[in-house]
Amino acid sequence: MKHGILVFIEHRAGAINKISYEAIAAAQDIGAKLNQPVSAVLLGANFQDLAQQVTAYKLDGVMYADNEKLAEYTPDGYADAMENVVRARDPFLVIFPHTYLVRDFAPKLSARFGKGVISDCIRAGLENGELVFSRRIFLGKIDADVVPNSDAPVFATFQSGAYRGETAEKGEGAAVETMAVEVGEIRMKPEPAFQEVKSAVDLTKAEIIVAVGRGIKGQENLQLVEKLAQILGGEVAASRPICDAGWLPIDRQIGSSGQTVAPKLYIALGISGAIQHLVGMKNASTIVAVNKDPEAPIFDIADYGIVGDIFEVIPALTEEVKKLKG
Amino acid sequence: MKIIVLMKQVANKDAILRINKDQTWIEESDLSYEVNESDGYALEESLRLKEKHGGEVVVCTMGAARVKAVIKDALARGADRAIHIVADDSLRPSPFAAASIIAGAIKDEHPDLIMSGLQSDDNSYAQTGVILAELLGLPHATIVIEVDASGEGLRVKRELESGWYQWYTMPKPALLTIQSGISQIRYATLKGIMAAKKKEIREVTPQMDANTASHQKVTKIYFPQKQKQTQFLGNGDAKAGAAMLADKLRTEARII
Repeated sequence: MKHGILVFIEHRAGAINKISYEAIAAAQDIGAKLNQPVSAVLLGANFQDLAQQVTAYKLDGVMYADNEKLAEYTPDGYADAMENVVRARDPFLVIFPHTYLVRDFAPKLSARFGKGVISDCIRAGLENGELVFSRRIFLGKIDADVVPNSDAPVFATFQSGAYRGETAEKGEGAAVETMAVEVGEIRMKPEPAFQEVKSAVDLTKAEIIVAVGRGIKGQENLQLVEKLAQILGGEVAASRPICDAGWLPIDRQIGSSGQTVAPKLYIALGISGAIQHLVGMKNASTIVAVNKDPEAPIFDIADYGIVGDIFEVIPALTEEVKKLKG
Repeated sequence: MKIIVLMKQVANKDAILRINKDQTWIEESDLSYEVNESDGYALEESLRLKEKHGGEVVVCTMGAARVKAVIKDALARGADRAIHIVADDSLRPSPFAAASIIAGAIKDEHPDLIMSGLQSDDNSYAQTGVILAELLGLPHATIVIEVDASGEGLRVKRELESGWYQWYTMPKPALLTIQSGISQIRYATLKGIMAAKKKEIREVTPQMDANTASHQKVTKIYFPQKQKQTQFLGNGDAKAGAAMLADKLRTEARII
C-alpha cells in the first residue's frame, strides 16, 4: 500500500540547501491536505549530522541513506540510492526542490518507475479530492494544471519560491533512521566545483539595477541603457540571451544561472520575464517593466509597466530623470 | 564520432499565444514556429565536434509535417541526415513517452553521443534527454556548457547554480543536454541549403497509444494570475509613460 510523502533534502558543501526547506513546506502543505505523513530523505557519506538538522522540522521520519559512493553528487549514485529508498518506503508522492542537481538525476530515477517527473511546479492543491499540480509553461506566459496519470509513486519538483521556507513547520520527535543503500557503478567522475574568475561587479550590492533583454536587438544599442543607468546611479545588468551573445559579460547576468538580486529599483527593459530570469530579481522592492508585448510575464510582477517600444521609452525616461535630478 | 542531435520545434518566442476553446492547449492554427533555443546550440556543438573529430551528425525530431522546417534548417547548417518521427499534433506525449518513442526510433543507430537542449521552451519539462539516457543505459550530464571529446571518453563542463561550474568525465557513448550560449550559432550558407536537398530524411512512424503515452495529463491551461497590481503608464504613449514613471519613482517609490 502506497503511503506517505517523501521529501528530498539537498545539501552541498556540507550545508543543507535552503530551498530544501521550501520542499519541506510543500510536502507538509500537501500532506495536511491529504492527511498523509511526511518523511524526509537525505543522501550522503557520513552526513548524519546534516540529517540530524532536519529533525528540527515537523516530520514523521528522517531517512538518512548512507554509502561512501554518495560522498559527492553523481546522477548514477543518487538515482541508485533514491531508488533504494523509494522502493523501501513505498510513498505515493516524492517531492524535490527544482534545482540543477535535482534536474540532473530525478528524471533518471523516475524513469526506473516507468514515468517522468511533474517538474518545476508552482502550486499544488486539491480539486474534487484529486491532487492537481500547476506548472508554468511557454516561458512563463501560461499556466498548466497537471494531474498524475499513473500509479504511485508520483515524482514532483517545486520551483524556487513556490513555497516559503520559513513556513515549514518546526517540530521534534522524528529520529534519524540510517539506511544502508546499494549503489552500483558510478560512470561519471566529478572534479571539484569552481567559480569563474571572481566577478568584477557585485550586483547584489547595487540599489538600482537597469536590466536589458532580447528587446535591445543589438550590442550597439546598449549605450542607451548605460546612459539611463548612469543618470540613475545604477548598474547595468542583463537577461541570459544578452550574455550568451557576448554583448555583456556573464557577471552582469541576472537569473538562475547568474546572480540573484533584490535592489530597491529594478528596471527591466525588453525582458519578457522567463522564469529563469524572474527567480533572480523578483524580490526587488520596486520593479519597472518596459516591453512591447502587453502579455509579457514580466508585467505579472511589475509595480509599474509601460507597454511600448524601449527605443522610445529609454531616451525619454533618461531625459525625465535628468530633469528631476536637476 | 556519430552524434544524434534531438531538436524540437516550438512556438515562436515572440508569438502572441491564444488558448484554445477547451483550454487544453494553445491555438495552433496560425502559430509561427521556430527551433527550440537550446536545441539550436546542441546542433551547433555537434557540428563543431564533427569538424574537430570527424564523423556524422544525425538530427532527430518529432512532430507533424511542419517540423520538416527544423530538419531542413539543420541539414543546411551541416547535419548529414535526419530522422523524422512522424507524430500527430493532437498527441502531446509526456516526457517519458517522448523518450520511449525516440529510443525506439534510434535503436539501430548506435551513436557515440546524443545531444539535446536542456529543456524545451514550450513545456519546459527538462527531462526527456535524461530519461532517454536511462532507457538506453547511457551515462548523462545536464546543463553542459563545454565539451571536450579529444580523449578516450568525454570531459564536460556543467553549469551549477549561482555562477558555479564543475567538470565531469564519463565514457562514451553518453547523452548531454546543452545549455544555451555554449557557442555562437552559425548561419546556413547558400551552398549548405543546396546540399541539404540531397540529404536523407528517414521517416519513422511510432506505434503510440494515446492512453499510455501520458503519465501526466494536462487538464487545463490558462493565463497566470497577476501577482502584483501593475500600474500601466502612458497608455501607448512612450513619452508620456516615461514622464509619469519618473514622477512615480520620485513621489511614490521615492527612489529618485
